[in-house]
This record gives sequence, C-alpha cells and structure tokens, in this order.
Amino acid sequence: MASETRGEPATGVNFTEYDAEPPITQPALGPLGWLRWAWRQLTSMRSALLLLFLLAIAAVPGSIVPQNREDPGRVSDYLDAHPTLGPWLERLGFFDVYTSVWFSAIYLLLFVSLVGCVIPRARVHLRAIRQAPPRAPRRLERLPEHVSLLAPAGTPAGASTDAALDAALAALRRRRYRVVDNRTAPPAAGASAGRPGGWGERSISAEKGYTAETGNLAFHLALLGVLVSLAWGSLASYSGQAVIVQGSTFVNSVIDYDSFGAGRLVDTGTLPPFSATLKDFVVEFETADQGNQFGAPREFEATFEVVDRPGAAPRTAVVSPNHPLDVQGTRMFLVGNGYAPVLTVRDGAGNVAFRGPVITRPQDGNYKSLAVAKVPNAVPRQIALVGVFLPTYDLQDGIPVSQFPQPLDPRLMVNVLLADPGVDGLDFRSGTPQSVMRLGPGMTMALGDDGQPLKILLAPGTSAPLPDGAGTVSFDGLTRYAAMDIRRDPSKGWALGTALLALVGVTASLFVRRRRVFVRAVDGADGVVVTVAGLTRGDDAALGAEVAAIAAATVPEGGPVADPGGGPATDQSTQQTNGQTRTEEQS
Amino acid sequence: MAIEQELAQASNWLVYSAMAVYTGAFGAFVADLAGRGARAGLDTARDQARELAPVGSASSVGGSAAGSDVVLVAAGESDRPERALGIAMSLTWLAFVLHVAAVVLRGLSVHRAPWGNMFEFATTGAVVVTAVFLAVLRRHDVRYLGGFVIGPVLLTLGLAVTVFYTEAAQLVPALRSVWLLIHVSVAFIASALFTIGFSTSVLQLLQERRELARAAGRTPGRGRFMDALPSSVDLERTSYRLHIAAFPLWGFTLIAGAIWAEAAWGRYWNWDPKEVWSFVIWVAYAAYLHARATRGWDGRRAAYLAMFGYACLLANFLVVNFFAVGKHSYAM
Ligand code: HEM
Repeated sequence: MASETRGEPATGVNFTEYDAEPPITQPALGPLGWLRWAWRQLTSMRSALLLLFLLAIAAVPGSIVPQNREDPGRVSDYLDAHPTLGPWLERLGFFDVYTSVWFSAIYLLLFVSLVGCVIPRARVHLRAIRQAPPRAPRRLERLPEHVSLLAPAGTPAGASTDAALDAALAALRRRRYRVVDNRTAPPAAGASAGRPGGWGERSISAEKGYTAETGNLAFHLALLGVLVSLAWGSLASYSGQAVIVQGSTFVNSVIDYDSFGAGRLVDTGTLPPFSATLKDFVVEFETADQGNQFGAPREFEATFEVVDRPGAAPRTAVVSPNHPLDVQGTRMFLVGNGYAPVLTVRDGAGNVAFRGPVITRPQDGNYKSLAVAKVPNAVPRQIALVGVFLPTYDLQDGIPVSQFPQPLDPRLMVNVLLADPGVDGLDFRSGTPQSVMRLGPGMTMALGDDGQPLKILLAPGTSAPLPDGAGTVSFDGLTRYAAMDIRRDPSKGWALGTALLALVGVTASLFVRRRRVFVRAVDGADGVVVTVAGLTRGDDAALGAEVAAIAAATVPEGGPVADPGGGPATDQSTQQTNGQTRTEEQS
Repeated sequence: MAIEQELAQASNWLVYSAMAVYTGAFGAFVADLAGRGARAGLDTARDQARELAPVGSASSVGGSAAGSDVVLVAAGESDRPERALGIAMSLTWLAFVLHVAAVVLRGLSVHRAPWGNMFEFATTGAVVVTAVFLAVLRRHDVRYLGGFVIGPVLLTLGLAVTVFYTEAAQLVPALRSVWLLIHVSVAFIASALFTIGFSTSVLQLLQERRELARAAGRTPGRGRFMDALPSSVDLERTSYRLHIAAFPLWGFTLIAGAIWAEAAWGRYWNWDPKEVWSFVIWVAYAAYLHARATRGWDGRRAAYLAMFGYACLLANFLVVNFFAVGKHSYAM
C-alpha cells in the first residue's frame, strides 16, 4: 500500500514519522562527515540485513569442524588427519568458531547497529504514543480504504451529524481505538474554524495497534538482553566434570573435580561446600532381542546421599538423565557412566602397590571399555596395565568383543608394560583419554612365550602373575561410576526471561496491526453521510473489512451513497471500497 | 513397559495405505493444474480482464481475494478441473485420516509421543504438514498449493519407510522429557508452515518470471498451469503470512530446546551442531523478514532468503542428523 501514500505530509494519511531512515548521501569532506556517514551505513536496515546473513553463514563451520569447547580430543584427531589444512584452520579460529574474532565481530557489529537503529526509533515511538492521533485529512477518499454510508433521516445515526459521530465514537471505543473527537479538540495550527483541522470539524480520528511497534522495539532490545545475559553467564558461572565411583563421595571444591572452569567473577575458593555420595546406580539396557534395539540404553538412575552444607542432615536424591540434582542453584547432571573394575596390584616385593577401582572409558554401545592402570611406585619395576574391559566377553574372529552392555560375563584383558624406576611412564596426550596412547621411552611391552605381547585375561575373583617377577594382579570385583557435569550459572533465568520477551515482542510486532481510522459526517439530502477511512502500516489485508465493520457499526441501518467510487454495496460482508468488490477476508 | 508389536505393525500398514492415497491425491492435484493449463488461453483472456478491472483503484490489498474469485470462476467454466480438485481434496482428507491413525497407533504401541527417532520424526512431521495445509485451507483458498504440499509429504514418508525405518521401541533415557514433547511438536508445526511457505515462494518466483516475460512481450514457456494461479504479488503475500506464523514458533522451538538442554546437560546453549543449525535457520528467516521490511528490497530478493532458510531447515534434518557428532546423537 505504501507507494500510494508515500510522500504525503505526515498529517494523518501515512505513518511517515516512522519511516524516517534518512537517505545515505555521500559524506561531506572531513573526518566528522565520514564518521557520520559510516554510522549511518552501519545503522541502516541494509547493513543489519547483511550482518544477519553473514551471521547465519559464519555459524555453520562450527557444526562441521570439531570444536575445542565440545571435544578437544576430536580437534587433535582432526589436526592429525589434516596436516596441511588443520593448522590453517587453527590459525583462523575455526576450532573455536563462537569465540573467534570474526564471529564476535559480526555479532557485535550487529548489536551496535541494533542499538543505533532502535534508540532513535524508540524515541519516535514514544513521541507517537504521547501524541494524539493526527487530524483527519481533507479528502478521505484518498486513503487506501474508505466507505461512505448514508444514514437515513429517520434512524438514530441519521438524526444529525453529532448523533452519527457519537455512534462512531462508541463503535471505535468498543474496538479499543484511541480516539480524538475533532469537534472539541483544539485546532491544528493554521486551520480555520469548521474546516478540516479547525475548531468544530465534524470528524473523529482514531488509532490503535501501538503494540506492534512497542513489540518490535521490545524484541530488538530483548535480543540485546539475551546477549548481555550470555556474556554475564560466561563471567559468573562455573562448571566442571567429576567421575564418582559407586560408594565414593564428591565434595564440591575445586580439588574434587577432574576438570574445572570458572568465569572471572567466580571466587573458586568459596564454592558452596556440599557433598554427594553415590549410594546406588541402576543401569538397564534393552533385553528384547528382536529388532534393532537390543542393548539400547533404557534406564540410568543414580541414587545420591546429599549433604547440603557441612553438618546438615543427609538427604537422598535420585539423579537421572533430564533430572539433575539441584543443591542451592548448583546442579549436577548425569552425563555418562561406565565400569570401574576393582584391582589389586602387588609388586615384585610383595607389597600392595595399587588397590582400587579403575575408571574405564566405554568405546562402543556394548561398553567395550578402555582400561589403564598405572602403578608408578611399584618396585623393582614400574607397572602399567593397558587393555580393555568387556562386560559380556566373546571372541569374534579371534578378536575380543563385548556382546551386551551388562556384565553378564565380564573380563579384563590387559597387556603389561614395565619400566625402570624414575622413567617417565605412559604418556597420554592431555585431555584425550580415548586417543591412542604413546609409550614413554623406557617402557617395554612384556612378551609372552610366543614372542607376541603378553595378554592377561582376568575374570572377577581371579588373579595372575606378572612377568619378570614384577608382581601379581587380581581382579577383585566390579563397580560402576557415574560421570557428572556440575554447573552453576546465575544468568540462565535472565537469558530465559529476555528470550521470552523477544518472542512475545516479535509476535506482537508481526500480528498486531497498526491502524488509523477517520470518520467524517456530513449532512446529506436525506440523512447524514458518514465516511469511514482507514490506513495501515505494513501488510494488512483485513483493513477493508475493518473499515466496513466500523461503518456498519456506526450506521447499522445505513445504505449506499452515490459516491464517485462506484455502485451499490451488496451486503454487510461485501462493502464498496475503492470501486472494487471484495469479500471480507479475516486474517 | 512392553512394546505392542501388533499395533506397531498396524501403524506401518496404515502408513503404506496413507502413502497410496496421497499418491492418488497428488495425481489429482497435478491433473487439476494441468487441466487449468490446458485452458491457459482462456485464463490469459481473464488475466487481461482482471488487469482492466481495477483501473483507477488505489489499492492492491484486495488483489488476493479478487484473484481467487477469478480462478474459481475460470475453473467453473468446465467442471472437469473442479472435479479433479474435488477428488484431490477428498483423497487428501482420506490419506490424512489414515496418516493420523498410523501416528496414533505408533504412539500407543510404544506408550509415548511418537517422535523418538528419525522414522517417527518423519512420519509425524509429515502428518503435521498435511494438517497445517488443511487448517490454512479453512481460511484461505490455497488448494492450488495442494501438489506442492502433498508432494513433499509423500517424499518424506518415502524416506521414512525406506531410509529411516526404526522398530517400535522405548526411548533412550536421554530423550525422556516433557520437553521432547513440547520442543519437537512446536518444531513440527513451524517446519510444516515453512514447508508450505517455501512452496509458495517457489511458485511466486516462477509466476514472476512469467509475468516479466509477458510484460516484455514474450510468451512464457512451459508451465501454463501457472496462469491459473494467483499473481506473484498475491503469492508473495501468502508466503509472507505463512512465514510470519512460522517464525515465532521456531523461536519458541529454540527456547524450549534451550530449556531442555539446561535440564539435560546443564548448559542451555552448547553450540552443538543441531543447535547451530536451528540458530542458523532462525537467523536466515529473521533476515527474510528484515529484507521484506527493507526499503529497496523487493519480494523476489526476500523470497531467495526464505528459500535459503528452507535449505537450512532441510540440511538440519537430513544432513546434521546423520553426519554431525554432537550431544544430539541420541545416546548417553
Ligand atoms: C540481532 C539482530 C536482529 C534481528 C535478529 C532482527 C530481527 C528482526 C525481525 C525478525 C523483524 C521482523 C519483525 C517485523 O517485521 O515487525 C525485525 C524488524 C525490524 N528490524 Fe530487526 N533484527 C535485528 C537487528 C536490527 C537492526 C540492527 C536494525 C536497524 C538497522 C533493525 C531494524 C528493524 C526494523 C526497522 C524492523 C521493522 C520493520 C518494519 O516492520 O517496518 N533490526 N527485525
């Protein structure tokens, strides 16, 4: 609709006060001119559009290339696999896309643009809200939608122009328009009495749908709020991982975490001192052996005994996926699980050099798990046991596999590595427990009689001697562990609130229609001629129906007027507007 | 709880039956469009009449209703195409009923909402597309879109029963959450609207090309059935309406997903591949809405952005689900 009304003065027939985005002209010389020009460029809709598009594109690589924040292990695997491309990607920040300079630059520019765009708009809108709807334009037929009806002399609305306008006022108020009765309103500057815009002008101006623009502004500002919440969250939150073996206790202090990270605003010395003991851990898998679901996870339920603060009475809490444990805002999430075989290693001198659960890392859906036990203080030689744990042991083509995730027939199968005292033993690449291990210099793999690496196969309750008189190893029993993410993020309520505000705002902005309606009453030959005209901002196919409905409500007994626009109206729902017949459309 | 394999089996048969009926409906929709194309000469004459009619009119707002009136009148001239359209609609309703029954039985067989794996996502998502189409029809006569809606539905079901098929089973614990219900069902509705909006945008671009060709004095090439469809301006407006209905729903999907992520993993936003793509989709459609409101950008360029958004939506479902490693790989 805009093309027809664009360019009119801002009095009533358009919404140009909102379309104030100035044309961007060539800058006047001088640094200030250039600055102003750049600012205008940045805060234009066109730049916002470009930046939005760039943001969409820039977010994609992070879903293709592995990310450090997700899984540093996969990043180093990727670097190994792509020796030429990898380092370049690393230099360009592709392994940390969402904190990279270029990604940050795009969204920061977008938000600067947003502020520069929204603040002036908010000012305009505030002014519009405080101002009364504008005076009725001279010629209502020039508006995109208009209807004229004749109120016959004998009817209530046809009694006088005042009666007709009063009926219009009531109809508009019922429809929750903000109205100005131009009969009593002070005149517009420069208008004379009785004329359009002057004292006693027999017309009404009405407007509604301010919420659309309010919603739009709220939406854009709320997006800013989401960004601020995220930023604050990264400063004020902490998180870490801890592996808790059945029967053992986790205490919420930095030393009990396997890995820990905190924002700058977190005082890591004063984490809330709660503790949680893993009492019981129920794990179930699909046992129905038809279909492709055999062995799929079915139930994980970790029962903790929680002490909320030192000295408090312990309570029991059950944690399962999607149901974290909440201790005064710090939350513990069950994110993984696995087996922890309990081993005892005696060294060559007969001393117990190691006793306890060994955390294994599941490698497949049937929990074939990587097991590593290092015994550096064994004498006369250091010992390391490296191999796999198989909950349901089987041999397939000579290769040991697990057939089911539950421990139906568990086995531990390990190689033995030995080293002289003081030698740096096994070398794990940091943070990548699943990756290949490297042997430190000086470690030697014990060989069997056949010259192949010696394999020790242990069932629970059995033990075996280690070669070279290095000692013995026994597999005492089996426990499970729960891998927990522990996290506190005070920003999440703010992030949610601002995101919901954005959602409500954009919905209002898209669905509420900003409309201006003008009603004028004129004495005619045999009654009062009431003209209703409407104007909208943006896309509003139902405006015609609205105008027709207001006219019908004002003059229920009204009939068609011989009007330059055209012929007779047919019925309530088909009104004469702009000389074109239109069926009422509701949307 | 035990899985009722008989119900699941019955559900599968219903899916196949629905596909058969959808195929019939698709054929009838195509026949309808072809029938209209055959009388393109007549319609072209109508078009010219339509262009003459609103002389002196200030408004283009009434175009859509007036346009579809013309279509209906034109279609009424020979009742053959009307009949094809009638058959198409009846078959669509029948297929829809079968399809709904299939989804309900699947849900009953597993005692949960039937969207726990790709097969179920696809079948349930497709039924939502049909439902949204039928719902839109109550307000706007967009039956001309039928083939462009039922086509994708059929394709989705085809993929579901061949590539994605998964036995009826309980959910892995990571997926057991009310948020699955909320998050996914809203995503379905939004995606269905985006799908129909995408079809409309494609038609809009095709229509615009024909209009431009005609304005340049050339006769547009193949696809004469297009002459029976509304003008590109009206198609653009229909497409916009579908998109603005979908956009807040997609926003809600993102928020619900974040709430679920917080409950499941502790961090509401993880930039895992699925989240990245949902975000990209949202930004792409935000760009579309922006483009439409930007002075100097026309409906055509905005439509390209909407199509870009839809490409991302497809990528999210078809590519990311299979190839990306992330927290959304549904196991613990
Ligand atoms: C974070 C970045 C942004 C996002 C996600 C975003 C999104 C949106 C969306 C979805 C709409 C549609 C609502 C409607 O049509 O009423 C919209 C409208 C609008 N946006 Fe943005 N926007 C962003 C930044 C900006 C910036 C930087 C500007 C200023 C240059 C801007 C100016 C506008 C204006 C003026 C409208 C209203 C258009 C109209 O209805 O006339 N936005 N925005």
